[in-house]
Amino acid sequence: MRVVLAEDLFLLRDGLVRMLEAFDFEIAAAVESGPELTKALEELQPDVAVVDVRLPPSHTDEGLQCALAARRARPGLPVLVLSQHVEQLYARELLADGNGGVGYLLKDRVFDAAQFVDAVRRVAAGGTAMDPQVIQQLLSRRSAADEPLGALTPREREVLELMAQGRSNAAIAAQLVVTERAIAKHTSNIFGKLDLAVSDDDNRRVLAVLAYLDQGR
Amino acid sequence: MTMKRLKDAVVAGARGLYLTIFALAGSIVLFVLSVLSIAFILLGIGVFTTPAVLTLLRAYANTYRSLAGSWSDVPIPHAYRPFPPDLRSGVTGQVERCSLMLKDPATWRDLQWLLVNMTVAPVVAVLAPSLILYMLYGWVLAAGVWEPIYDAGGGEWFAFIHVTSQDTADQAALLGTGFFILSLFVNPALVRGHFLLARACISPTARMRERALARRVDRLTETRHDAVDNSAAELRRIERDLHDGAQARLVAMGMDLGTIEAMIETNPAKAKELIAKARQNSGEALTELRDLVRGIHPPVLAERGLGDAVKALALRLPLPTEVDVELPGRAEAPVESAAYFAVSESLTNAIKHSGADRVWVDMHHADGMLRIAVTDNGKGGAVTGAGSGLSGIERRLGTFDGVLAVSSPAGGPTMVTMEIPCVLS
Repeated sequence: MRVVLAEDLFLLRDGLVRMLEAFDFEIAAAVESGPELTKALEELQPDVAVVDVRLPPSHTDEGLQCALAARRARPGLPVLVLSQHVEQLYARELLADGNGGVGYLLKDRVFDAAQFVDAVRRVAAGGTAMDPQVIQQLLSRRSAADEPLGALTPREREVLELMAQGRSNAAIAAQLVVTERAIAKHTSNIFGKLDLAVSDDDNRRVLAVLAYLDQGR
Repeated sequence: MTMKRLKDAVVAGARGLYLTIFALAGSIVLFVLSVLSIAFILLGIGVFTTPAVLTLLRAYANTYRSLAGSWSDVPIPHAYRPFPPDLRSGVTGQVERCSLMLKDPATWRDLQWLLVNMTVAPVVAVLAPSLILYMLYGWVLAAGVWEPIYDAGGGEWFAFIHVTSQDTADQAALLGTGFFILSLFVNPALVRGHFLLARACISPTARMRERALARRVDRLTETRHDAVDNSAAELRRIERDLHDGAQARLVAMGMDLGTIEAMIETNPAKAKELIAKARQNSGEALTELRDLVRGIHPPVLAERGLGDAVKALALRLPLPTEVDVELPGRAEAPVESAAYFAVSESLTNAIKHSGADRVWVDMHHADGMLRIAVTDNGKGGAVTGAGSGLSGIERRLGTFDGVLAVSSPAGGPTMVTMEIPCVLS
């Protein structure tokens, strides 16, 4: 799987290259600025891009902007955005086109190599990987208001949280140590309570959840 | 071009007519009221009526100021002394207010101006409509109306022409047309002249400007002190947070690593446990640093500017918050930062104290002024004053010559309005 990597801090870039290579990714390019990233994404057509939000030369949200522009040019281009901080605002922008294949994680998640690589693979496959911090903020915010989310049982909330992060039923079942069938039952209950049409597609599932959480703002 | 000139002349004529009436009626009424009211101070009643009358007079003068600016591009600054913030209420407050207003030289200049504005100034203004209307009168005379007037024995004079025949009436019409053509060139200048007279009377004198400057220097000194105090307190807070938080965690991590090094061979199980703890410590140190950075300068503010930073802030609040932003550019970083934290503090206040279930933030920039309103539908009753969160915001904005206004009647709603002069780039 071919990866384009954009990160301006040398140590972190170097570490990411080594880590991804250890997990059998092919690093097509490892760049350190926005313009280089745009060029690499255009010319190399990678399977997935791993991008730092803040990149030179502007040192603002250049990485995010390049990634969004590249996705407009090539819809569905898988992009995993890393950031020193996570903001719902940016998560929404990434999810806005509804094409899936996006991820938005805190840089610290890199510490857990296995989980990080799993997230890269999920994004490359067209799924989503949202940082638990984003999801938690969303859920705590919505539950404060008098919304249908209040009708969920604690277990169902747990499942929704993991689902929103982009996990498959199998992965959720494994993490919560229950059978996959139990999870399937929970998800159909959740969709029922939230008034959402059931879909088999993992990615559309997350988008539906986020779209639901988004409404009424 | 000619059409524009014609339009300008007619508009100026209408304005001249309006100003004549406005100047005469307003000045005479206000002058009489002021003189009576000030005279009645001896009887005691005047103490209560004078501030009201003088406030009315200031409103009248301020209407003139804004008309002068918008109609004729004549800016007339004002130099009323501001009331001290600790003005008492009730009878003593009234007496204080009365004496403060009477001691203000701007009040006396306003009164002198009223005299000018009811004598010379209307004459200047009334010329503008007259030049136009006179032509109509000349034509009416020429159309035959001169005859009955003449027959009735009225020796009608049109300017310097004694109208006694069709011939002279025609001359009158011609002269009237001449006046009209003159109006095309002088009308806007006449209206402007009216305002220039007002400016000569009520714009601050050199001495008043000096005093205003001195007041401004006082205020700058005060806000500079506040700014220095604030930033010193902020530095102390940051130092303390670093020392108690991230730094302590890194030390703990180093100690754990030392222990691990010592026991990795003798007690691998314990070492593994410590490694997990060290990793947890590093994660928490990162979280603390992140929160600290957000408290100093939020990343979204640095990356996207004020609008998106407040939007991002609203997304994290436990209350539904609507953010409406109309900013064509970005302000300077210190202004953005002050505005952001002022909004953030207002929102925190709204959430903690107002009992509201909805909040609205409106931000826009117009006339070199960044205006922000934070409104909630809570129970109201917020007050500014020493020790309240709102006075903290006031001090923060004061450094940039910004002001804060709070409207919060008991029962709600509360509206906090902030204005900061700044340019966007």
